[in-house]
Amino acid sequence: MTLAVALASAAALLALAVFAVAIGRSAAATPIIYGASVFVTAISLVAAAAQLLGAAEPLGVTLPLGVPWIGAHFRLDALSAFFLVVVDFGALGASLFALGYGAHETAPQRVLPFYAAFLAGMTLVVLADDAFTFLLSWEFMSLTSWALVMSHHRVPENVRAGYVYLIMASFGTLALLLGFGLLAGPDGSYTFAAMRAAHPSATIGAFALILALIGAGSKAGVVPLHAWLPLAHPAAPSHVSALMSGVMTKIAVYAFVRIAFELAGAPSWWWSIVVLAVGGITAVMGVLYALMQHDLKRLLAYHTVENIGIIFIGLGLALAFQTYGMPFAAALSLTAALFHVFNHSLFKSLLFFGAGAVLTATGERDMEHLGGLIHRMPQTAFAFLIGCAAISALPPLNGFASEWLTFQAILLSPDLPSWGLKILVPAVGALLALSAALAAACFVKAYGVTFLGRPRSPAAAAATETDGFSLAAMLLLAAACLVAGVLPGLFIDALAPVDTALLGAHMPPQLGVPWLAIIPITASRSSYDGLLVFLFMLMSGGLAAFAIHRLASNRLRRAPAWDCGYPDASPATQYTAMSFAQPIRRVFGTMVFRAGETAEMPPPGDTRPARLAVEMHDLIWETLYAPLANVIGVAADRLNRLQFLTIRQFLSLVFSALVILLLVLAVWS
Amino acid sequence: MIRDLTVQGAQMLLVLLVAPLFTGFVRKLKARLLRRQGPPLIQPYLDLIRLTRKEVVLAEQASWLFRVVPYLVFAATWVAASLIPTFRADLLFSWSADLIAIIALLGSARFYLALAGLDVGTSFGGIGSSREVMIASLAEPAMIMMVFTVALIAGSTQLSTVASFMASPAVGLRVSLGLALIALIMVAIAENGRIPIDNPATHLELTMVHEAMVLEYSGRHLALIELAGSLKLVLYVSLVACLFAPWGIEAAGTAPPTLALGAVAYLGKLAVGGFLLALFETSIAKMRVFRVPEFLGVALMLGLLATLLRFVSGSF
Repeated sequence: MTLAVALASAAALLALAVFAVAIGRSAAATPIIYGASVFVTAISLVAAAAQLLGAAEPLGVTLPLGVPWIGAHFRLDALSAFFLVVVDFGALGASLFALGYGAHETAPQRVLPFYAAFLAGMTLVVLADDAFTFLLSWEFMSLTSWALVMSHHRVPENVRAGYVYLIMASFGTLALLLGFGLLAGPDGSYTFAAMRAAHPSATIGAFALILALIGAGSKAGVVPLHAWLPLAHPAAPSHVSALMSGVMTKIAVYAFVRIAFELAGAPSWWWSIVVLAVGGITAVMGVLYALMQHDLKRLLAYHTVENIGIIFIGLGLALAFQTYGMPFAAALSLTAALFHVFNHSLFKSLLFFGAGAVLTATGERDMEHLGGLIHRMPQTAFAFLIGCAAISALPPLNGFASEWLTFQAILLSPDLPSWGLKILVPAVGALLALSAALAAACFVKAYGVTFLGRPRSPAAAAATETDGFSLAAMLLLAAACLVAGVLPGLFIDALAPVDTALLGAHMPPQLGVPWLAIIPITASRSSYDGLLVFLFMLMSGGLAAFAIHRLASNRLRRAPAWDCGYPDASPATQYTAMSFAQPIRRVFGTMVFRAGETAEMPPPGDTRPARLAVEMHDLIWETLYAPLANVIGVAADRLNRLQFLTIRQFLSLVFSALVILLLVLAVWS
Repeated sequence: MIRDLTVQGAQMLLVLLVAPLFTGFVRKLKARLLRRQGPPLIQPYLDLIRLTRKEVVLAEQASWLFRVVPYLVFAATWVAASLIPTFRADLLFSWSADLIAIIALLGSARFYLALAGLDVGTSFGGIGSSREVMIASLAEPAMIMMVFTVALIAGSTQLSTVASFMASPAVGLRVSLGLALIALIMVAIAENGRIPIDNPATHLELTMVHEAMVLEYSGRHLALIELAGSLKLVLYVSLVACLFAPWGIEAAGTAPPTLALGAVAYLGKLAVGGFLLALFETSIAKMRVFRVPEFLGVALMLGLLATLLRFVSGSF
């Protein structure tokens, strides 16, 4: 039943995409398409949640679609149900937001069809139960999102983003294709059921894991395969950016979990080391990149990279514990990672919606031209603040709950027998703590420069509050952030079937714990109660406010800012995004980005302005991508001559290729 | 139940009431060490009362956030401070947040205060905020590493459990604990803006951090922030005492004599802590702001080393 509903909603979304092509240019198209998307995703969300919360048996179905005689296999088990919840909740929020935001779209016919198709593609990826269907849906999802990135194709920046995205997406799919090919084996058993039953050898499993890490990792934005992400995510319309950052990266996590925990067989000792190292580096590099940005949407996109790192740290720990037969610790780590998947989809969507609202109100993405929006967009500012606090892992919001679980998982790891892990896990813990602290710095900057202070441009000074639908979507997600932070036990319990299916164990049930606290292992070891912390903060803040207003002076006078007696009327004297990050750039950036500053001071009497130039290098781009692109370019130039051969030369080329292949075959056997 | 609740309430009130006194005590000691007379011990209370009686002068471009932040900062710091065992472990609500959550609560207080520094849009607020987050970005990981060490040794992040374990003979002398103690003290100095990181006594110096951030605050808002600052100092001293000198708080039962003993022991620990802090602050010069990362980098490395030692062998 639930599987049928999920498939029906995917079909409905596809039909909606076709319909959108027909009516795309009319004014009524935007509310119709987004309204219908809200409706369809809400139904699918209910079905997926029912499947997950009911801990129902997996459902499977084979449809006579796709490759003849094989058909398309679909399956809804606990893992897909969980990710379907993530997809549908994100899509519901995005569609609701777009009911308001989409009205500002200049070319809706370029967005609407692909939007509905993109949602259908993501739904189908998590439902797919054979390699063909999976890869087909995966590629469909990539291409529709590429089309959305290119929806404003006259902006040169977007064209470049689309180009890089297309290359990286095909590269990632290629890796997945090879991985599935290896797992399917020579018999070509492409269904996941056959792969699960096959128990591949250690070598095959190892190759499959590496290929999954590359294929899914490039879509998720794992360093160093993240290069496309900060280009492509911000280029799309904001509700699509929210979906790409908040949800599509999670589909990649799903692909990795599916392959690493289920299809690739028993983990070898080094799997977790690779995944943990990748996760730790991704987390810190992502947030450092984010700190250096002054484009609000690009900052958010880079920050997605950090959160993907945190998720992969959790997955790496789960693999480590599973390798050494500690299923309960593995369940704790996997729960932490998946809970963070859900949480990140909430607050990252919320933040991208906020950035979209700012974009429609001011036409600006560059934080250096914003400021003071809290006065003119108070409700957006409030919702965005909740998102910033949640993503910075501040209690009592949801980001903290999942990071707390990850820390608890790290504290279980001294029991691991492997020496490599004994050395690596504390280092990864330090990287995780560092990235959490830097994330708070990053969002003080993002919020402070965008919403606080004084407006830095006339557009920012003239901004107005965004529309009701957009606000409703943002407040819905902000409320969800608070609920998930205050009642984490509900979500941990909902994840229990996923843990059981993948690891054979799950965390102790949390709902029976008094005061709705969460206790991952035992009460004397660690416990956290988001609800009580929230109530305590409310009470002590309220008590302070009450005492002050009853006993102390209530007088208040508005006056010019003090600023040590030298207030300057010009908003240019405020701290900017660049200057705010300067101390951190000096501490970390000199090493990571080879950042340098050159100050040019004209001599006295010279009326030129003084200039400060900051130089930074994206070392990953410069040392990995640029040389690779160079090599490909040179090789393509050389091979270009092959296009202009005579017919005889072509024929001899074909003939010699045939002879060489036959020789290879002869020698091989 | 009622009795447990009373003890919990007493703990919350105790830290709140003793915090300004402790600040005054350190100031007095520092003055005496410099052969000055110094302000009376109760001066911080008088300052707070004076501030609450004054009107608030609010900058014209200040937003609602600027007026809410003092309450948020105070609430987060007070909750964090009341969750640390002072005179008695195993309080009624001590399980509601472990050490990691307490650090995160302090982190949220700092987050909101740094936002308030940017709210008015002055260059002083910006300089304070940006330096504060830079310092925090190193201090917080160092603190988490310290927590890892302690948690791995005691097998818990729950402060009451850790305190009972640390008071038991099972703990012994450990290299990793020594390193963690040094890391914690270095972080505590940085987080509270004491010399050599920041100078709590200056207002106009370009190296200032905390004072620049709260420059635009006045009246009752400033009083709350000052009180939160005092609370934070007491919190860190209590934390050092709870983790590394937990004598007198592990006694079972809530009989008045044991509680009184615990309270006396706690006040004694505060006095020793205050004396050491004053001695340290008068014997060292403030460092340039870009030396701070080196200072905190050392703390982070010590914490990491301690954790690594503990991971490598249970006996370190």
